[in-house]
Amino acid sequence: MAGTAVLGRLTWRVADVVDVRAETPRARTLVLDVPGWAGHRAGQHVDLRLTAEDGYQAQRSYSIASAPDGTRIELTVVRVEDGEVSPYLTGEIGPGDRIELRGPVGGYFVWEPAHGGPLLLVGGGSGLAPLMAMVRLRAAVGSPAETRLLVSSRSEEDVLYRAELGRLAGGGLTVVHTLTASRPAGWSGYARRVDADMLAEVGPGPAARPHAFVCGPTPFVEAVAEALVALGHEPQRIRTERFGPTGG
Amino acid sequence: MDEAMLDGNAVAGLLQDVFAVETTTTIATCAGCGAPSPMGATQVYRGAGFVLRCPRCEQAMVTLVPADGRLWIGFPGIRTLQVPVDDS
Ligand SMILES: Cc1cc2nc3c(=O)[nH]c(=O)nc-3n(C[C@H](O)[C@H](O)[C@H](O)COP(=O)(O)OP(=O)(O)OC[C@H]3O[C@@H](n4cnc5c(N)ncnc54)[C@H](O)[C@@H]3O)c2cc1C
Ligand SMILES: [Zn+2]
Repeated sequence: MAGTAVLGRLTWRVADVVDVRAETPRARTLVLDVPGWAGHRAGQHVDLRLTAEDGYQAQRSYSIASAPDGTRIELTVVRVEDGEVSPYLTGEIGPGDRIELRGPVGGYFVWEPAHGGPLLLVGGGSGLAPLMAMVRLRAAVGSPAETRLLVSSRSEEDVLYRAELGRLAGGGLTVVHTLTASRPAGWSGYARRVDADMLAEVGPGPAARPHAFVCGPTPFVEAVAEALVALGHEPQRIRTERFGPTGG
Repeated sequence: MDEAMLDGNAVAGLLQDVFAVETTTTIATCAGCGAPSPMGATQVYRGAGFVLRCPRCEQAMVTLVPADGRLWIGFPGIRTLQVPVDDS
């Protein structure tokens, strides 16, 4: 399965919502059980489809935030206030509900333990989700890949997975936070948008030839990818996943 | 910059509808500038459907437009696709 081309068209499946976890005031994690799920690779996403009573359908992509774990997958959704789909996923939906999805899809934005390190992971807002799958898989398999994770959030209360990241850090994983809109008193992390200076400090530098994965709202990804190229990182080693105009 | 731009990887599901295999790691050579790029690294613009553009010269390489219960697939700018085959 892993690493090989998956033959055949994708089929839509019905997943059961088994649990819902509040992550931040604007974000929730949906724990889904997907009968027949054959596993996924860290960084892949699912296409999710909602159908209204009148037959109107809306389709959106969501990254899988969890490491492979049987037929369970977790999606973390950040609410876009005037959005069509995310307010439902972060509000009304709950355990016992069912949802249509297909996947896993996308082989390009994927990290496998066999790829090794070093890794430079840069996530903005909900863009942390696929990077979290990588960090969780790294921990689950005991990969020694040296990993720097730079997390950009608007404010302290918007930081996803903060406690878990605190526990996972160490043993070759360094987690660095920056808050772009507001900071609590005594905040000692970065306090601005990600820029070239910050990326140079977080490292690893171009000489170490890290695999870079950058994910988040499109303007965020553009800025980070440009800064990485300006620092001398090879464009082919920078993989991007743009979430669109939004993405928290 | 177009704030709604996505990566080819975002339309992995649609590409799999077309090719019946995971195609985001497939290398496509641009008919405009000749640059090879993984399909997942193309630049995707949304409109009535999707246009996948060359990340180097922005030549439209693939168009995917759902209409009339069909998916209309165009290849205005792919010179070659390198698809791995199992010849063992
Ligand atoms: C591969 C991939 C993975 C993703 N993974 C995640 C994830 O793990 N978690 C997550 O929270 N999100 C993720 N997203 C984003 C997600 O797919 C949705 O885009 C997001 O949830 C918003 O959907 P919505 O229906 O709520 O908003 P929409 O109704 O789509 O609108 C969102 C907002 O954007 C504006 N907007 C829409 N189109 C445009 C445009 N063309 N130009 C300017 N503004 C526009 C709207 O006015 C609105 O304000 C992912 C996206 C991709 C492509
Ligand atoms: Zn080109």
